[in-house]
Amino acid sequence: MLIRRRTAFLGLTASWMLGRSSLALGTRGSGPDDPRFVAVILRGALDGMAAVVPYGDPALAGWRQGLLSPEPGREGGLLDLGGFYGLHPALPGLHRLYAAGEMLPIHAVAGHYRSRSHFEAQDYLESGADERLTSGWLNRAVQAMPSAGRDAGRPDGVGLAMGLTVPLLLRGPTRVGSYAPAGGRHPDEALYARIAALNAADPLTGPAIRNGLKARGFSDATLAGVPPLPGMEGDQKNRKPGSFEILAHAAGGLLADPKGPRVAALEIGGWDTHAGQKGRLNGPLSQLDSGITALRDALGPVWKRSVVLVMTEFGRTVRMNGTGGTDHGTATIAFLLGGSVAGGRVGGTWPGLRQGQLFENRDLAPTTDLRAIACGVLRDHLGLGRTALAQVFPGFRSSPEAGLMRG
Amino acid sequence: MLGAPFVAGFGWGRRGGERLPDDPRQWLADQLAAPDGARFPGLGDSADGLIALRTQRMEKMQGDPLVKPVFQAEVASQLGHVLTTDQPFRDRLCWFWMNHFTVSIRQGGTRAVIGAYMREAIRPHVTGRFADMLRAVMRHPAMLMYLDNTGSIGPDSRAGLRRRKGLNENLARECLELHTVSPAAGYSQADVTRFAAILTGWGVDMKAARPGFVFRANAHEPGEKMLMGRSFPEGEEGGLMALEFLGTHPATYRHIALKLVTHFIADEPAPSDVARITAVLHETGGDLKAASLALGDLPAARRPGRKFRSPMEYGAATLRALDLGFGPIAPENGHAPPKLFANVLSSLGQPLWAAPLPNGWSDKAADWTAPADMIARVDWAYRLAAIAPEVDPPELARDVLGPALRRPTLEAIRHAGSRREALTLLFTSPEFQRR
Repeated sequence: MLIRRRTAFLGLTASWMLGRSSLALGTRGSGPDDPRFVAVILRGALDGMAAVVPYGDPALAGWRQGLLSPEPGREGGLLDLGGFYGLHPALPGLHRLYAAGEMLPIHAVAGHYRSRSHFEAQDYLESGADERLTSGWLNRAVQAMPSAGRDAGRPDGVGLAMGLTVPLLLRGPTRVGSYAPAGGRHPDEALYARIAALNAADPLTGPAIRNGLKARGFSDATLAGVPPLPGMEGDQKNRKPGSFEILAHAAGGLLADPKGPRVAALEIGGWDTHAGQKGRLNGPLSQLDSGITALRDALGPVWKRSVVLVMTEFGRTVRMNGTGGTDHGTATIAFLLGGSVAGGRVGGTWPGLRQGQLFENRDLAPTTDLRAIACGVLRDHLGLGRTALAQVFPGFRSSPEAGLMRG
Repeated sequence: MLGAPFVAGFGWGRRGGERLPDDPRQWLADQLAAPDGARFPGLGDSADGLIALRTQRMEKMQGDPLVKPVFQAEVASQLGHVLTTDQPFRDRLCWFWMNHFTVSIRQGGTRAVIGAYMREAIRPHVTGRFADMLRAVMRHPAMLMYLDNTGSIGPDSRAGLRRRKGLNENLARECLELHTVSPAAGYSQADVTRFAAILTGWGVDMKAARPGFVFRANAHEPGEKMLMGRSFPEGEEGGLMALEFLGTHPATYRHIALKLVTHFIADEPAPSDVARITAVLHETGGDLKAASLALGDLPAARRPGRKFRSPMEYGAATLRALDLGFGPIAPENGHAPPKLFANVLSSLGQPLWAAPLPNGWSDKAADWTAPADMIARVDWAYRLAAIAPEVDPPELARDVLGPALRRPTLEAIRHAGSRREALTLLFTSPEFQRR
């Protein structure tokens, strides 16, 4: 069944607490050694060539001199990724992961669609299909996970979502709850119970209130045991963690718990840099960087069993536009991060930047299908078989990308 | 009894004790026939906002000292109007079109002009021709700033050749995709680029005595341009003609009919209802008054509780039910109703004029009914109930819900231990969360 233009994520991003970020969690696992998987959606289309800069390509400066940082080794310069690529200077945490062999950027990645509409492209990215579906690929993956059958009777059923809404990526037949940090005074147990009873028979509000109450109880108890983020309790006057960082930290704490979820989805906006890109990208990149660091810290020893996939709906034009920005394009960067990732290198096939090598004379040409990366992770990390993968990504006929995980 | 679903579905929710209309059709028609009764005393126009922004920038002032009061006054005044208006249908239409033509304070320095944008470009046109609203929107500084058209320069224009600058496609793309014909019309990337060229030179003159729209001929891409198979001449006139073409295009009528029916009638509208509104737009040359009234004539419009209330609709309904919103607004009063209203919008995930992306806020239940959403509503209702005036909760429940009030809800309210608990139960009941 098709759905119309999806504006779901708008609901997620808006609370005074959550800012532009949100988090959803799925599936309860069965043991401390279960693999963990986190998907991060960068909504608004990250310019992959700004995050992981191909400074070794001789054609680069001709297209976008005004967007470039100095080469590695110079003041304020890129962080080197092996001589051809450099990482944006606002991503030092990711660079440390790279040095530890736990980060794998893959370049010139695109989804299976060629839409330059944010809204269509995000729908397709999250549906994982050639059309907009009512369920997301991560929900279908959770359903197929080997541990999914053992989740009956858990307080949240199969899932728990954080943030004000569940993104399409994690919507579908496998139920997921949701979590948002509580603020202010709330009713006592007895009044909550009467409210839940009044709504019990309602198809929309009934399950939402029931699951919301359960999720809050579980999350409050679990997160009480996680050490706070630096700055969260006012111990560092000049540091105030961002909303994405707070949610990433909470996600890590919940995922690390033996009874916690095994899959989470987060999202962060601010990437649609049509103007003044060089200045505007620092903020969201820094938030992403500190969020990933907070996630890793909160996961603790479980980081070793974790994979984070960072993806965006499409890339941006190779040429800088008239306003110091870039317009909607095609191929971009994807990141795999985590202790289970075979990192410390840049993956993908570089298509080149000469005029004839661009896609439709304007965009970075795609050389890797994002679905192949996701399938590689789902197969080699979460243990999904061929039949399951065909349901997760209907219509995807190619092979999963091999060698993404440590052997 | 027929009146109650109309007051909930086409208005902002019934004010406690407000009389229900005997003839709902007439109730809707009267609101659109009478001139807009909204008065926003003391608010300046967009030029005043731009002067505040310009002064702040020139003097390098820290902390937004001139723009912030402009923005806060707009918030208080416009949210206050939602709570008190006796033309709630007209007002709902204003906010519907504001969302259709989303400008957000998250981008483009629009805080100085976003309130004026709604009063100048949206409000005057909600009973007029769609193409006229489109033109007003596309020439307004708020939209030109939000979608980056102010710096879009024709590569072969004088400024483009001299400064080696070029196009910014943002406004052109979203105008085609979101505001007018939608992707269903089948335009191409080349159409987007050429429409961007048509709109080059449309900018904001920040240096003028009264800053505002300007057409900069030296930044305008020379030559005729094709858009969706039509040719448009060089110059400002070409842009105006293109907007007239798009604003009266059959695909645009279909697109806005779908959005209207989705907003007012059903998350998954019946194709026949969409076809009906599309036909009205065709027959009337895009007359929004006729199209809006035709919504009230759809048989489905009589069904109560057909839509789930968005946070804005929910917040307005609770505050109107308590008849809050009248009386002087002291800025230091944290419980002033517009301030409460702004806070509920933020804590329920729909902060005022701050949509994350140009497609605005969702109109569908699935996007507002996650577990955390519901718990946030419960908690907010509980906090509001603490400061509610001395009302009789069962009576209020009958007043604001009419025939939609279910017996179990009324019983729960009657047996609540306190007024606060009773009101919390009313505001969190399934029927109150719908319209």
